[in-house]
Amino acid sequence: MTENTQMNDANDTVLEVRGLSVDFPSRHGAVPAIQNVSFDLRLGQTTCFVGESGSGKSVTARAVMNIVEPAVIRSGAINLVDLKAGQKLELAGLDPDGVEIRAVRGARIAMIFQEPMSSLSPVHTIGEQIIEAILLHQDVDAAEARDIAIEALRDVKISDPELAVDKYPFEYSGGMRQRAMIAMALGCKPDILIADEPTTALDVTTQAEILRLLRGLQESRRMAMMFITHDMGVVAEIADQVVVMLHGNVVESGDVDSLFYAPKHAYTKKLLKAALGLNHAAARSRTSEDTEALIQTRNLSLTFSGGSRKKGAGIKALDQVSVDLHRGEILGIVGESGSGKTTLARVLMGRFQPQSGEATYKTRAGKTVDLTNAASFRDRQVYRELRMIFQDPYGSLNPRMTIEQIIGEPLLVNGIAKGEALRKRVGALLERVGLPASMMERYPHAFSGGQRQRIGIARAIALEPQVIIADEATSALDGSIRAQILDLLLDLRDELGLSILFIAHDIGVVRYFCDRVAVMHKGQVVETGTAIQICDDPQEPYTQRLISAVPVPDPRKRHLTTATATR
Amino acid sequence: MWAYIVRRIITMILTLLALSVVVFIVIQLPPGDFVTSYIASLSASGETVDQETIAILRERYKLDSPVLVQYLSWLMQLLQGNLGYSFELQKSVSEIFSQRIGISLAVELTAVVFMWAIAVPIGVYSAVNQYSLGDYAFTILGFLGLAIPNFLFALVLMYVCYNWFGITITGLFSTEFMNERWSVARFLDFASHVWAPILVISTAGAAQLVRVLRANLLDELNKPYVLTARAKGLPKRRVIWRYPVRVAMNPLISTVGWVLPTVISSSFVTAIVLNLPTLSPILLRSLLSQDMYLAGALILFMGVLTLVGTLISDLLLAWIDPRIRLGMVGAK
Amino acid sequence: MQKKTLTTLDGTAEDPIDEIGADPRVGHVTGSESQWQLIRRRFAKHRLAVISLWILCFFALVAVFADFISPNDPNDVQARYTYAPPQGINFIDKTEDGGWRIKPYVYGYDVEIEPEALRRVFVIDETDKIYLEFFKRSWEYNLFGIIPTDIHLIGTEKPRKPLFFFGADRLGRDMFSRLAYGTRISLSVGLVGVIMSLVLGVIIGGFAGYFGGFFDAATQRVIEFLRSLPTIPLWMGLAAAMPSSWSPLQVYFAITLILSLLGWTELARVVRGRFLALKGEDYVAAARYDGCSHTRVILRHMVPSFTSHIITAASLAVPAMILAETALSFLGLGLQAPVISWGVLLQEAQNIRTLATAPWLLLPGLAIVIAVLAMNFVGDGLRDAADPYSH
Repeated sequence: MTENTQMNDANDTVLEVRGLSVDFPSRHGAVPAIQNVSFDLRLGQTTCFVGESGSGKSVTARAVMNIVEPAVIRSGAINLVDLKAGQKLELAGLDPDGVEIRAVRGARIAMIFQEPMSSLSPVHTIGEQIIEAILLHQDVDAAEARDIAIEALRDVKISDPELAVDKYPFEYSGGMRQRAMIAMALGCKPDILIADEPTTALDVTTQAEILRLLRGLQESRRMAMMFITHDMGVVAEIADQVVVMLHGNVVESGDVDSLFYAPKHAYTKKLLKAALGLNHAAARSRTSEDTEALIQTRNLSLTFSGGSRKKGAGIKALDQVSVDLHRGEILGIVGESGSGKTTLARVLMGRFQPQSGEATYKTRAGKTVDLTNAASFRDRQVYRELRMIFQDPYGSLNPRMTIEQIIGEPLLVNGIAKGEALRKRVGALLERVGLPASMMERYPHAFSGGQRQRIGIARAIALEPQVIIADEATSALDGSIRAQILDLLLDLRDELGLSILFIAHDIGVVRYFCDRVAVMHKGQVVETGTAIQICDDPQEPYTQRLISAVPVPDPRKRHLTTATATR
Repeated sequence: MWAYIVRRIITMILTLLALSVVVFIVIQLPPGDFVTSYIASLSASGETVDQETIAILRERYKLDSPVLVQYLSWLMQLLQGNLGYSFELQKSVSEIFSQRIGISLAVELTAVVFMWAIAVPIGVYSAVNQYSLGDYAFTILGFLGLAIPNFLFALVLMYVCYNWFGITITGLFSTEFMNERWSVARFLDFASHVWAPILVISTAGAAQLVRVLRANLLDELNKPYVLTARAKGLPKRRVIWRYPVRVAMNPLISTVGWVLPTVISSSFVTAIVLNLPTLSPILLRSLLSQDMYLAGALILFMGVLTLVGTLISDLLLAWIDPRIRLGMVGAK
Repeated sequence: MQKKTLTTLDGTAEDPIDEIGADPRVGHVTGSESQWQLIRRRFAKHRLAVISLWILCFFALVAVFADFISPNDPNDVQARYTYAPPQGINFIDKTEDGGWRIKPYVYGYDVEIEPEALRRVFVIDETDKIYLEFFKRSWEYNLFGIIPTDIHLIGTEKPRKPLFFFGADRLGRDMFSRLAYGTRISLSVGLVGVIMSLVLGVIIGGFAGYFGGFFDAATQRVIEFLRSLPTIPLWMGLAAAMPSSWSPLQVYFAITLILSLLGWTELARVVRGRFLALKGEDYVAAARYDGCSHTRVILRHMVPSFTSHIITAASLAVPAMILAETALSFLGLGLQAPVISWGVLLQEAQNIRTLATAPWLLLPGLAIVIAVLAMNFVGDGLRDAADPYSH
């Protein structure tokens, strides 16, 4: 962090971190989690910490609170500045459970976390959890604390705060819980708010609401915010300053505009390329004009008879869904969690049978097969031509089988190859997806997430299918790897003449990857169109909301937070 | 909540019925029926057998009817409080019960309370100070507690106390208080005896409880809400007791369901070795002499005791866990 | 053209952070080890479990060769030696000329009558050295139940001399030999009982897990019911209902059956739970989509990933069986003399006066504790190693 980039008055600096290193003790000596990290937080500014998983962002955040157990702060200083009194308090050297640091936690530095459900105690009401912090740090009685808590809930725009205060976390929705977390953190009006991936677990529209809320509160209260994320789009939307972390080190830091427009470190460039590449790619227009539908659904409806506990008739997972997958195209199915997109994939793979509607598949031989009938899947023919790639690269490969056995399984059970011929085929498939054939004797646990997804793709194309259904196939991967996998699929599509049904929640991916898109919401297809049309000119209100909620990785094109910042 | 309680009570009644069937089968298993055994026991004691009485008895227990009718009549008798008749002791089962049930319950309840009182602090300590010296010590003790059968522990304790300290720890009362009425002196005498059986009975259960609590708590300690609570500025100790322990207690309370059978089983064996005036030695005697009505009634009684205990623990859980209280998740 | 920049960015599947370099903070996994290799390696790290495994091997040897290592017939009554105390073995023999040699021996007994209590008291007679030899002929038995022989591991140099390493019981029977025999019976009850419950548990739990629905709900209720009962009284009820005319072998099997009838629930629960968990795994769905038949999905894709869990559950069930058998026999409702099990042996030690005169009668208790502890440790080690892919 260079001095000349500090445009604000240096008096605004509320936290100075210098040379911070944290070690994890292990049997083979200490393993460094972060090394020599330095940064400043200023009042009224948001500093984003960005990096891929395991880069040490969260450890840094926790080190500021001095809660890093079982790790230990090895060296460095964390100076918390009291601007009114002009005093500094050094936090790194304090007893992690001592009175001084406890007086800071919750009162001057507050924190919110990624997973709002597990971050709140399931057995205490929201009110109890907020009031506890207020009573701890403020000289008020229980009734006053309750009023402050209700006020805090009102500030985060929770409706009926007088009633909401007595509810339990599980009675809230995901976005509401995160609002409650924010209310709890802000109950004592802290100078610094640490937000550790606060929107990662949320849907994109909820994420936009929370970002807007945080930005608004941060500006109106002139807090310093330390915001941790791995999403460059979110960074562009919310950051004033950015710190890029890799392998526990800060590799680059600076203000958001210069970081996005003049990145210095190779890693920053790479992160940006991955994010910008997906978002700026001109949505691809369809190359083939073949309108022969391979998969066709008409008015597909499926209602789960929700268990005896839930009230009501049950959940409508699919409601009159009609989509076509044409030969040679990539059809994106986009929607937020609970929109029914995964259920659609499972219906097409014969895992669930719908209550009404049609779903047909046209085989290579030109036969039309009824996918709503479980019996259609019995002769294996459908599964030979209709293959699936799964979301979770860890769960979809049997850890007890070698790569050779996993990829060879479909060839073996379908009687296509065995013995030496099988080995050769598997080797060729591995090389086709960009892995050395020599790796086939290894077990899945030796591979990274992206490599495993490649193995999953090799298994899918082993039978030379017509159609691949990819269920959130890239959601579990970090940015740059996601792009690699998408490109691999694009190459394979051209080479093998595949049609792909691509299920995703990430608009950026869809825009880059798909020819046509169907948007799903609450079990219904609300809009269908080409990727360009859906992304740039959405017609339906829901699609518009969805598209406008997507953060754009360009700090000069902020649209989520600026609109309300002045409110 | 009420729907849950009602459902839970109905389940228990059904379980009780199933238990009564099992007990009835146990009663029916030995060759010969009630009356033949009765005749045998009477002639053994030199009395003449009155044909009329036999006929009345056969009629009352519907011995000449199909098994189902026999079962139903036995069940009806039970419901009316007629638990049957012990041939060996020449007493009605109800009479034997009323003499000993108080002591039985007192010993078992104290054991349960004691077990919890030692298991909770140890479990919390072991989890919070994982891999510390104390944790290892308690883990080893716990393994020993699980590996030593109750009767062996009772035997060894008896031997050690007798050989090294010269005291006999059998029974619950000194001879002079044996048939006295309750008084302060008798209570003190009782208290000076009861520690040994309590200790023996509670070890195995406590060892299990510690293991469960430690494992639960270790899971909970890593949950983000603990971090949230610490980030509020709460002292560590208060965080632990107020949040993870509170959450880890829930499954622990539901473990009463399976701890109770263990306690009753172990109190049974212990009572025999230490010669306690509870129901257990009576059950053993009745089983050895195939005095099946008494045995059946006793097994049924022990089953009812566990089932009621489980019910109470489930209701307690529903009461303290808002997720069950508000019907969000079903109780296990 | 945007696409071009991305493909050139990284066309191959290198480490995510290629040009940036690999994360220096983590080590590397080779990943060419199979499931069982990983399990063995993880188990080997659990030192207590490994030691326990050796102890169990020793117990198993004793059980198999119980007759060979027993110097005395365990049922041989020698009234002269009622409650004779254990003899210590000496290895170094001082000869009369002052030299020494390695030759194991024990001292004989002298019997004195304690005047006031009128009790027989054994005194070690240091003048009476009884030398020991290996592979001596003594009483006859069938090795492995088929090979008739009379060779024993240890015997006295001269026949008909007393040899009681662990003392003698009320009837002057050799506790050492009886303990060896008890090991055989008690361990086999545990093993046979667990195999029986395993068969029940795997079949019932497997059906419940695979088919779900009504059958699953029904078995769940039955399991809950059985688990809510106090086991010992119920076992005793069933055991007491056995006709007294049954032969020891019949009783043995009946007791094992009773134990496993109530012991299968835990195993069924484990099997069902694993089955349900695996059914939801993506890789099992993938196997279906690969075109595998139901049988192949189960045998090739599901069974391998829960055998280790089943072995673990079974290994933890053995000590419970042994403890149950011991308790039943101790109370006189399980195995009956002349069958020798640890519980039957401990029956001799029931009252305090016997214990005070002959504390060595508690030795079978020590055997129980060691065996059960070792089994628990091995089970724990297996459980930790069973799923090498966690963490």
